[in-house]
Order: sequence, then structure tokens, then C-alpha cells
Amino acid sequence: MTTQDSQPGSGLVLPRYRRDDVDAHPPLLSPGYKSTVARAPRHPLVHLPQRLTEVTGPLLGEGRLGALDHDLTRQHDGEPQGQRIIVHGRVRDGDGRPVPHTLVEIWQANAAGRYRDARDTWPAPLDPHFEGVGRALTDDQGRYRFITVQPGAYPWRNHDNAWRPAHIHFSLFGRAFTQRLVTQMYFPGDPLFFQDPIFNSVRDPKARERMIARYDHASTAPEWALAYEFDIVLRGRESTPFEDGDDDE
Amino acid sequence: MSEQLGVMPAQTVGPYLHIGLRWPDGPYVVPEGTPGAFWISGRIVDGTGTPVVDAMVESWQADPDGRFDHPDDPRGARPPALVGFRGFGRSETDGQGWYRLLTVKPGALPEPDGGTEAPHLTLSVFGRGLLHRLVTRLYFPDESTANAADPVLSNVDTDRRGTLLASPAADGFRFDIHLQGDHETVFFAL
Repeated sequence: MTTQDSQPGSGLVLPRYRRDDVDAHPPLLSPGYKSTVARAPRHPLVHLPQRLTEVTGPLLGEGRLGALDHDLTRQHDGEPQGQRIIVHGRVRDGDGRPVPHTLVEIWQANAAGRYRDARDTWPAPLDPHFEGVGRALTDDQGRYRFITVQPGAYPWRNHDNAWRPAHIHFSLFGRAFTQRLVTQMYFPGDPLFFQDPIFNSVRDPKARERMIARYDHASTAPEWALAYEFDIVLRGRESTPFEDGDDDE
Repeated sequence: MSEQLGVMPAQTVGPYLHIGLRWPDGPYVVPEGTPGAFWISGRIVDGTGTPVVDAMVESWQADPDGRFDHPDDPRGARPPALVGFRGFGRSETDGQGWYRLLTVKPGALPEPDGGTEAPHLTLSVFGRGLLHRLVTRLYFPDESTANAADPVLSNVDTDRRGTLLASPAADGFRFDIHLQGDHETVFFAL
């Protein structure tokens, strides 16, 4: 038996998040990225109306953060090798509203392009002073800030002489299950973009541009660190909360 | 109306998601020892039947009373009566493609039109080779009456509905996720 606690004719009015444009995200099947071939579902996705479970979500953070989680250069006794960089930005929704107090998780390769993961075995050096993992909460204006080192590019065998452009993985919760997003931040002017099927899986060039951080001289720390700005937009809400009956496909 | 901003595109978590997203307490939607807690475990397999060893499952659910401690629940945010209930779980797959989550059964949920959603978990699947998360739902096999009235399940082709149903297991329930193939799990567009 269930713990049935249904509210008859509930009259619940739920927020509704706008559905993303078709070209906003990469198609799941992107054969240039070979791993998608056996992993992308073949059936079309089924329409899921946004209900209570989807318009709510975990609001986690505070208790999960250590004092140095946002500073990847101070997590060990010594400093990591590489160019120090500040990576900062704002998390907003599609209507420009800040997303406050939301957990941002990042991970990345070290300056030589190697991850601290037993599965990453290419012959570039590990750095005993670099974990490559960071966490931060956005402030009440949706701002976050990390200090890290510039990650290196690395080879990955997807195609002949394949190299991933330097990138930092970003994971965001937003305020609702609908807003959950994992993406990658790239660096401006990277010469490896042309051959990278993951970056290019996003078909709309304007959408692709959003994944490239902006070099931000005004935010550098003189004689200490360069800076990049990376603003992240999560899904926005419909302006009018409709009663029911999404009927798109 | 203000101008809408373009959303950030999704990208894969890649093969090294474990270093960034592993939480020691990830699988514990409720703390070990919670009365009535059970394990949900399952295997993620790809279209060739190969276990997916570099993936991660996240779960989100109502508490046993069918409530969320969240400001957008129009009934009001309500802290769970169950001590330590987080509602959220995260489990990477192991070397054989298994994930596991310790949780309790969520309550049924009211629908805007007066219907009722059967107890369910909403799941996200991330992994190498997945350029965007996959979204699915898990329903319970011992809720056949509630499941029959569930509006989301009813909207799924009858021959595929079973992929959203967990099966009983010794320590709780089993829920395998087939990314592709004859038993491809139903995935949703949100």
C-alpha cells in the first residue's frame, strides 16, 4: 500500500521551465564522437510533463564545502605547476535572474594535460600538488570564483591524432531538477577546436561560443594570476504558469 | 518581457567524472540504519550489452509523506519528518557497471489536474559518450494500483513501460538501465 495523501482537485500551480531549443544542446548521437554510437538511445525521448519532482531539486552545498575547495592551488603542501588562473562568473537563468547559493563542481587535467585518475595513463607527468577538483557555492548574486592552473590538452584516441582542447568540467544543480547541467569550459583561441568532436557536437555556432570563457584582464591579480570569466545560463521559466497540458510532441 | 538568454550547452562528463563528482556519502539518500531503508541497485549497459563503467546515476524524490523541502513546492517547503533524509542520491558505476542508492519509498504526489502520481524517483544518467544527461523515472513493482493511474507511465507505450519498473531484490529493488538495444530504457525530454 502507498502512503496515499492525495489532495483532491489539487489546484496546484507549478512553475514551468521553458524547453530548450533543439540546437541548444548536442544531439545524443554524434558519430564523430565515437562513444556516442553504442550509448545514445535510439528511441526518441518521451515527453515528460514537469511535475513536482521536476520543478523541485536538491538545494545542497553549505555543509559540503571545505575552506579551500574553491582554490585548487592550495589544496596541498606545495603549489602545483602551471599558469595560475582565476576562473569566475555568474550563474543566471534564461531570464537573467541570478541563481544564488547553488553548488558548482569542477574538475580538470593538470598543467601537463593529465587527470589524477587511475584510468588516465598517457605519459604526461602527474603533479603531486594538484588534485584537479574544486567546489564552490554561488553567492546571493549568483557569482562564483575558483583559483586553479591552466589545464593542458591531452590525446584521446577518438580519431587519428585526436587531442582534446584544454577544458574545465563544470557541474551545476541550479534550483530545480530541470536545471541540472554538466558542461565544459573552453579557452579562447584554442587551436584544437577544429578537430574536436565534443566541442563541435554543439551545432549552433552561437551556442558553441557560450562554452568559451572570456579572457578578463580586469580581474587578473597583478604579478600573480591571469583571469577568465565564464558566465553560465541555466534554463529559465515560462512567464505564465499554465495549468496543464503541454502538448508539444 | 525581458530578453531571453541562450542556455549553456551540455557536454559529456567524460571518462574521469569520478575525480570530480565522487561523494563518499553520494549513494545515501537516507543514512545507513534508517528504518525501512532499502537499496536500489542496477547495472548500466550499452547497445552492445557491455556494462558502462564510467557513468553516474543521480536520483531525486519526495520524502515518504510526498513532500519536498523546496520553496517551489506550492504546498510549502517542509523539512522531512525522517531524520537525515536528503532526497538526493549520486552513485558512480563500479568496474562491472553497477550503481547503488540507499533510500526509502517516496510518497505519492498530487497532480495539478487532481490526479495522483505513483511513488517514483526521477533519475539522471551521466557518462562518457553521453553528451547530455539522460532522464528517466523509476517506479515500484509493489504499487500496481498507483502505477496504473500514473499519468507519466500511462503516456508511455505499453510495450516499453516495463523498463521504468524496478524489480524486487533481496536487499530492496533492482533497476537496470539499458542505454540502447532491445530493452532500451525509456528516457524523457524534460
